[in-house]
Amino acid sequence: MEALRERLIGRALLVVACSVILALAIITYFIFQAGLPIIVRLGLDDFLFNTRWQPAEEGGSFGIGAMVLGSLWVTLGALVVGVPLGLAVAVFSAELAPEWLSTLIRPAIQLLAGIPSVIYGFVGLMVLVPWVRTHLGGPGLSVLTAAIVLGIMILPNIISISEDSLRAVPAAYREGALALGATRWQTIWGVLIPAARSGIGASVILGMGRALGETMAVIMMIGNSLQVPRSLLDPATTVTSNIGLEMAYASGEHREALFATGVVLFAFIMVLNLAANAFSRRRLQA
Amino acid sequence: MEPMRPGKINTPALTPGPGRLARRRSALIGGALALLFLGALAGCSRGGNSTATQITVAGSTSVTPFAEQLAEEFMRQHRGQQVNIQGIGSSAGIQATQPGAADIGMSSRALQTDELAELEPIVIALDALAVIVHPDNPVENLTLEQVRRVFAGEIANWRELGGPDAPITLVNREAGSGTRGAFEELVMGKGGPPLSYRAIRQGSNGSVRAVVEGDPVAIGYISLGVVSPQVRALRIDGVEASAANVSAGRYKLVRPFLFVTRRGGTPGPLATAYLEYVLGEEGQRSLAQAGLVPAPRKETRWKR
Amino acid sequence: MTAGKTRRAGAQVAERIAFALIWTSALATLAVLAFIVLYILDLGLPHVSWRFLTSAPEEMGREGGILPTIIGTIVLTLGAVAIAAPLGIGAAVFLTEYTWESPVTRAIRFGAEALAGVPSIIFGLFGFIFFVTYLKMGWSILSGSLTLAIMILPTIIRTAEEAIRTVPNPYRDVSFGLGATRWQMVTSVVLPNALPGIITGIILAIGRSVGETAAVIFTAGTALNMPTSLVSPLRTMAVHFYILAIEGISLEKAYATGAILIITTLTVNVLANWLIVRAVRRHRRKS
Repeated sequence: MEALRERLIGRALLVVACSVILALAIITYFIFQAGLPIIVRLGLDDFLFNTRWQPAEEGGSFGIGAMVLGSLWVTLGALVVGVPLGLAVAVFSAELAPEWLSTLIRPAIQLLAGIPSVIYGFVGLMVLVPWVRTHLGGPGLSVLTAAIVLGIMILPNIISISEDSLRAVPAAYREGALALGATRWQTIWGVLIPAARSGIGASVILGMGRALGETMAVIMMIGNSLQVPRSLLDPATTVTSNIGLEMAYASGEHREALFATGVVLFAFIMVLNLAANAFSRRRLQA
Repeated sequence: MEPMRPGKINTPALTPGPGRLARRRSALIGGALALLFLGALAGCSRGGNSTATQITVAGSTSVTPFAEQLAEEFMRQHRGQQVNIQGIGSSAGIQATQPGAADIGMSSRALQTDELAELEPIVIALDALAVIVHPDNPVENLTLEQVRRVFAGEIANWRELGGPDAPITLVNREAGSGTRGAFEELVMGKGGPPLSYRAIRQGSNGSVRAVVEGDPVAIGYISLGVVSPQVRALRIDGVEASAANVSAGRYKLVRPFLFVTRRGGTPGPLATAYLEYVLGEEGQRSLAQAGLVPAPRKETRWKR
Repeated sequence: MTAGKTRRAGAQVAERIAFALIWTSALATLAVLAFIVLYILDLGLPHVSWRFLTSAPEEMGREGGILPTIIGTIVLTLGAVAIAAPLGIGAAVFLTEYTWESPVTRAIRFGAEALAGVPSIIFGLFGFIFFVTYLKMGWSILSGSLTLAIMILPTIIRTAEEAIRTVPNPYRDVSFGLGATRWQMVTSVVLPNALPGIITGIILAIGRSVGETAAVIFTAGTALNMPTSLVSPLRTMAVHFYILAIEGISLEKAYATGAILIITTLTVNVLANWLIVRAVRRHRRKS
């Protein structure tokens, strides 16, 4: 009797644990089911690389090329801002900071991660947009503005994982390098960072995923223009911001096309996930 | 979209029979059942609820602020009754009204022929489209032709319009917006040039206004009712955008605000009461105070 | 020897520069964080009053308070946690106590990781098409809570799993030695000892739910009314803040709502941290 109960509980817990897989499966199915038909109809290359997006007109044109480029620009910009800064903070916290400061940084970074993205977007809109408009030109709503704020938003991802992997480098590496007469900086740059590179790589990929997926903050700052951005000060649209902006209004083929945009985003994020996974597996094996 | 049948829920797989299902399969089925069960629960309670004390009015974000204001006043007089206003865009609102997800739809564009087959439009007010600029902008008047060429991207500098030498920041609405649809129809015209793809796009009247408030060289278009002192409406062909000029027929950029109900079938007591309130004297007066032009009597086809 | 000396000196200069840059970066990051928090609080708190917290909005939020959005946030978040917490903790117990490494556990872990990486707009799209449209729940507390629940599930699983793994093995052995079944051992020994960690995860999940916009706006709607049933649409604080801000309805109210959001986030974080610290201390004492 008891044994049977135990087995039932085991089964029940398995079912519960599989809810994660189930959720992922349903999400994948429904997003693809809603978005894939139109991609098949248009052809993937036309959908991805055509830059004309006129979804509400008769015989509309559904090319998300401009948005894909917008997303790439913004994500790249966010990495340019976020990776050096994040890595510096990680090194600082793991190697340089006095104990008390280091224990202060961790919760601070956690708080940075906990601030709702709309708050970032709003501060960007109220502070950075006018600044860019008056000092650098253009309408202020731009790739640059969005990239800077996104760069700050991805800091927590980059800092926490990089710091963990820096701390995980065996003490022998550090001691060995210092004993050979290397300066602390040479040790950090030449030994610790290379040793932690797979963790750092994973953190960059996760940060990239976050930047790519962010929606509301981007809508608020990027201007949502359908042009292919030619400078950092141009407004642009990202894949996500276009979904967020137009979803409410869309019907028929237009809505299908937005779901298809979601399919592209989803597929890309999954590839990033697998990449991050591969990185951290290498880290475990190393 | 395939509507889900309630019958689908009763899949006879819940019984933990002795024949061992494959572990993973049972897991999937169990989870799916739980979700479907929740769904069914929701479906039932919704059906029972929407006729009684709450209704959903969904659609145009342009109509939303006015509908919300009227709903507030209406609910103050009808305690315990709830009118939920959802600003989801004209097209989505019209779509939501057809299967009954919304009791009343809101639209800021005229219905298309296929939509008219199933839905009844009721004009609740007329709204003007105001073309707005920053208050510091010296340009005060544009011809309709100039507005068209500006929004087509053919005129790109204020100098060409008698203003300072500065590039024009175009602020447009997103595809699917009723306001954008009306602007395309009234300004760009059939077969006219397309709206410039380089324009900034914003998701509502308010956010277009917010951008124009902040940018001295921006130009956009919004509902006359939401023009604020922080922006200035341009005269079009010498005519000021005002309620008086709209009802006199002098200002040309005018579109109807519609409530939409299903044909053949009464919308239910609460929806009817709300509609009557909106079209009644009190509702129309507060719409007029909010800057709209009351619906011309003959166009309101609402019968009691 | 002099060549060695100059190289050494060069290295020291490089180190100075590098360390200066690193210090600057770290301080700049903290400064940005402080700026964001103080900016919102400074402009928002003067407009926060008891009335603001306890009255309904008027004129779309231009006047009045944010009570329905506070209630909406609480209800939606509680709903999400009520669904996700049992599932997440159950999954964690399964992964740690009821199985060994196998393709199944790997699949579950992969699922959780993949789910954690899915952007919230995708959850919004999914919730809209599945819960709102396909299951006909409409924009409602139910749709919103279910969507959020899926979104926070990975966080809860991961933290619960970590917490359970820190429970020392001898505890389990003692429990078994006393004749307990596995389930008795889990409920009487493992879960109580892992509780602070589990709660920390739940608090983090609450934080994420409170701040979420993209996934909520398409599933729970934007109606400004007080929710009355599980199928009422509602508007959360974060969504209200977004709408106030982007539509330029009222900057004052936007700042005020933002301040409340920031305070909520701060509270949630401090609480989570306090629990982590306590759990770590307890763990150290025991082992």
